[in-house]
Amino acid sequence: MTRFMFASIVYLLVAIMIIPPPVLVFVMALSHGVGTMLATFADPDALSAIRLTVLVTAATVVINTGFGVMAAWTLSQFRFPGRGLLIVLVELPLSVSPVVGGLIWLLVFGTQGWWGKVLEQWGYPIMFAPPGMVLATLFVTFPYVTRTLMPMLAHNGREAEEAAVMLGAGLWQVLWHVTLPGARLALVSGVLLTTARAMGEFGAVSVVSGHIPGLTETMPLHIETLYNGYQTVAAFTMAALLALMAITVVIARNIVERRHARMGIAA
Amino acid sequence: MSDIFSPTRRRFFGLALAAGAAPLIRPRRAWAASTLLNVSYDPTRELYQEIDRDFSRAWAQAHGGSPVQIRTSHGGSGAQARSVLEGAPADIVTLGLAYDIDILAQNGLLAADWQKRLPHNSTPFTSTIVFLVRKGNPKNIRDWPDLLRDGVQVITPNPKTSGGARWNYLAAWGWALRQPGGTPDTARAYLKSLFGHVPVLDTGARGATNSFVQRGLGDVLLAWEDEALLATRELGPEQFDIVVPPVTILAEPPVAVVDRNAQAHGTTEIAQAYVEFLFSPVGQKIGARHYFRPVDPAILAENRERFADVHTFDIASLGGWAKVQKDHFADGGIFDGIYTK
Repeated sequence: MTRFMFASIVYLLVAIMIIPPPVLVFVMALSHGVGTMLATFADPDALSAIRLTVLVTAATVVINTGFGVMAAWTLSQFRFPGRGLLIVLVELPLSVSPVVGGLIWLLVFGTQGWWGKVLEQWGYPIMFAPPGMVLATLFVTFPYVTRTLMPMLAHNGREAEEAAVMLGAGLWQVLWHVTLPGARLALVSGVLLTTARAMGEFGAVSVVSGHIPGLTETMPLHIETLYNGYQTVAAFTMAALLALMAITVVIARNIVERRHARMGIAA
Repeated sequence: MSDIFSPTRRRFFGLALAAGAAPLIRPRRAWAASTLLNVSYDPTRELYQEIDRDFSRAWAQAHGGSPVQIRTSHGGSGAQARSVLEGAPADIVTLGLAYDIDILAQNGLLAADWQKRLPHNSTPFTSTIVFLVRKGNPKNIRDWPDLLRDGVQVITPNPKTSGGARWNYLAAWGWALRQPGGTPDTARAYLKSLFGHVPVLDTGARGATNSFVQRGLGDVLLAWEDEALLATRELGPEQFDIVVPPVTILAEPPVAVVDRNAQAHGTTEIAQAYVEFLFSPVGQKIGARHYFRPVDPAILAENRERFADVHTFDIASLGGWAKVQKDHFADGGIFDGIYTK
């Protein structure tokens, strides 16, 4: 009975808070018919925003997966001075506002910042260009792979690792052939979480983007530009596409986690 | 067991990484020569869409070759100036007020005398500040004192980030000073009371218009005349009325080529042609079509019926932007005193 009551409350909350926004996004996108909705994608700026979102997300996922594996492995396998502090620092982006995550890069690489003048002379701009947007997204999504991987590495497969070392495997061989395969579902889950977060990031990239349509606008930024330009249908069409992409990632992550859980029970 | 880390997969990921990173690190000069970036303020979205298209066509006709690609970014005037200061590669700035371009000049991005380089203080179109009210003017708002009546909610953006908001604020300030017995103290009291009627502070003029038009907030929007006309004629016909107060401010949003960026991009010539195009008869007509008052008297006369007669005072009568910015909008200035207490 209690279980039923709590389930009803959760259902009610989801029905009020979670369901209406995405439904409304799709309703608004379709409010002037499918033709008008599809016309959104005839605009080169919209295609550019989709392309840039995919690019920034891909770069972020690749780099942060590398960093995340390294950080999770180091923090779970070794005990060293400052380890606790390092764990806190890795998780810092979770509690810092994304806007701050953008501003710090501006302080470092902006024209008024530490390295701005040098970069300007070389002709390799970082701020107000895709590299800066990747940096901002990297900061925001830094903790996710580490966070999902670390508990798995800490508790799973110590025996297998020790056996591998006894059999003469080097550090890299252990990491690559024993540790990571053992935690691969956790890794995939962390990667998908990073992907979802990177696609939707607004605050941090907004600071370093310059909002140049067709050049430095990702999908979330382009949605704002469209909305402010009274292109409501186009804005909600982009929002619907972004929502679809995010939902796909979230479902993929759930499938992975379910398999994960089943394997846990089997073991 | 280790299928996702098999050698072929690994090679694939390596290639994907390289392919993904390649477009991220090409130098900016590669595209710059054929691209022009205009960093503009908030309510000019529709205006520059048309200007960009027509200028690009005219330039291609006159010079042959492929049409130049013009990109325009929009936001609160102060925020946009800040971006350019931090390195946004603007060839041209078309901002809400001269002070935001002065800041760039102070940092060496363009010559200090930039405002003398084009006609009319480098201002191709002027505008003014008006009241946008709900249809039929249910709260009967006619003049500045009406904004202080009980139950009247006023929408205006944040003067710290928005150029339009600074014009709104200064229109109210200038009106208050011009009242019988008006002094800086009475003006301050008026504004303090006025901001007591402001429920939200958006960062840009377009955000404020959205609050009033789309979200239905407030009884009166203090707005650029162009923004108000756009809202009444195109967004919500039969939903809004414009009230022109008896006295208001002459808003002069200027334009300039950002010398240092244009030189670095090799776009000085075309950037100069772009800003001059704004003063040409074609550019002036496009401005009028988007409810900006042309500075060309002939084209203003052609569009007389679009624009109401207004009695205005200008920024110089308030001491100029440098003084106004320091007295009112700097940290610890008059606005801070009005809004925090």
